Amino acid sequence: MTLTASRPTAVEPGQSQIKRPFRPLRLVLHVFLGLVALGWLLPLLLAVYASLRPYVETAELGYFSLPRTLTLDYYSQAWSQADLPKYYLNTLIIVVPGVILTLLMASFTAFAIARLRIPGRRVLLVVFTAGNLLPPQVLITPLYTLYTLIPLPWWLSDSLSLYDSYLGLILIHVAFQFGFCVFVLANFMRTIPEEISEAAMVDGAGVWRRYWQLTLPLCRPALAALSTLQFTWMYNDFLWALVLMSSGDKLPVTSALNNLRGQFFTDYNLLAAGSLLVALPTLIVFQLLHKQFVSGLTLGSTKG
Amino acid sequence: MITRRYSRRDLAVLGFGLGAAVLVNVALIWGPTLASVALSGTDWNGISELRWIGTRNYGDLAGEYPPFWSAVRNNVLWLAFLGLIATPFGLFCAVLLDRRLKLSRVYQSALYLPVVLSLAVVGFIAQLVYSSDYGVLNAVTGLTTDWLGDSSINIWVVMVAAAWRHVGYVMIIYLAGLKAVDPALKEAAAIDGASEAQTFFRVVFPTLRPINVIVFVITVIEALRAFDIVYAINKGRNGLELLSVLVTENIVGEASRIGFGSAIAVILLVISMGFIVTYLSQLFKEDHR
Repeated sequence: MTLTASRPTAVEPGQSQIKRPFRPLRLVLHVFLGLVALGWLLPLLLAVYASLRPYVETAELGYFSLPRTLTLDYYSQAWSQADLPKYYLNTLIIVVPGVILTLLMASFTAFAIARLRIPGRRVLLVVFTAGNLLPPQVLITPLYTLYTLIPLPWWLSDSLSLYDSYLGLILIHVAFQFGFCVFVLANFMRTIPEEISEAAMVDGAGVWRRYWQLTLPLCRPALAALSTLQFTWMYNDFLWALVLMSSGDKLPVTSALNNLRGQFFTDYNLLAAGSLLVALPTLIVFQLLHKQFVSGLTLGSTKG
Repeated sequence: MITRRYSRRDLAVLGFGLGAAVLVNVALIWGPTLASVALSGTDWNGISELRWIGTRNYGDLAGEYPPFWSAVRNNVLWLAFLGLIATPFGLFCAVLLDRRLKLSRVYQSALYLPVVLSLAVVGFIAQLVYSSDYGVLNAVTGLTTDWLGDSSINIWVVMVAAAWRHVGYVMIIYLAGLKAVDPALKEAAAIDGASEAQTFFRVVFPTLRPINVIVFVITVIEALRAFDIVYAINKGRNGLELLSVLVTENIVGEASRIGFGSAIAVILLVISMGFIVTYLSQLFKEDHR
């Protein structure tokens, strides 16, 4: 293991051999990790490459060949043929309220569990967290039946029931992701010094004020991490929409890819372009909020 | 410590906030879960009267429903593949990346990029690579194997795609765990003349125990939850049967054998609960210290 003394401050693999005579291992390490990283990116790069080439060309030469023509046509074709703008909007209608509601409910619950010493708080935390870990299939049937039985007014759902409505999908996302968020936030809140909240209480601040004005602003890092993660998870969902939606035009964007499959013939180059367009928002979020994404994943598993 | 009693307004806020949380959780998660257990003892098809048939669904499952056993086999394979190959590889990468290498950031990003992709998209990319007539794999190797269509090999191919995503996930978690290991431990071991391998296996790895449990359970849960990727490829048929797919197929499809589908769901539930309990007891044990 590299000792703390030999902190390599941006040393080139080659140079480090001069500094420390016996370090060919470092080069091997870089070669190995470089190859692994390349291998990991390869399928994505391949999809990008395929999406830039016309079908006729790849059909003739195969995907593993030098390009004759490169074109962005497939992107515009996927964009319009799969009606992507509409489906992006559908996803947005589901994911944005989903993330906000989840975080609101989870942060209040976490606040109550971590700060207020309400009776039974441990049981609550265990039950909520366990709910997040269930395979969705375990609750699908009764949920489906329940959804068809709950009537909604026409202005909330044109199917007149929770089934096949945006609200239904939002609710199941909230319910399913809630446990994870409560768990992460409760742990995070325990690390905030209690004195702040106690001082406010002495000053006569009520529960809501201590939650909304004192605790929540201090949870910003955890909230940022969770919203990044929740955005990605809800965006990527495939199953809930499949089971709880029936109208094709209300489906989220992950399901819209099926519109690009022909009945007899599927143009994989077009599908590649479509897949990349669908993946783009999460890739952008991941690049921009890299730190939040990683800390979100590790907060949940290693307790910050 | 908080000893003051809550004002009426405080109680109303608490009641509303927690009430909503509990309501949503019971109505949409635990209620339906319990209802699944109850439905698994009936032969309901969604329309008919509820009729109690005891454990007959479970008997039929084991005896007269061939996809069930291939699904069990595939789920076990899936678990073994993720657990014995993908997870150790993720740990291995984490250990390598833990040494403040230059470019470490780049390697890390590449490894966990697939984590942010929808499994549905991963499924489509898999088709691009594995397609029999113009997939890249056949083009490069010169083979004519039908990687996704041949029911004796397609599960392996799909597991590789799933592992592609799993490795990055495991790597992040282990990397965070390794960063938290006290460097003094490693130094002490090095001063005592331990080799790197010895330091890792005798000193570092044992301190990762809580993380190992968590990764183990995440791996199991991922293996039990696996669904999207096979569904995106061929709707989980012809060699790609998984328990989760069978549940969905029996319930959503035209068959609508809800009682039967629920029985499969309950089996999934029982296995998951075992691991969920392990996971939570590990997590909450730390609280007591």
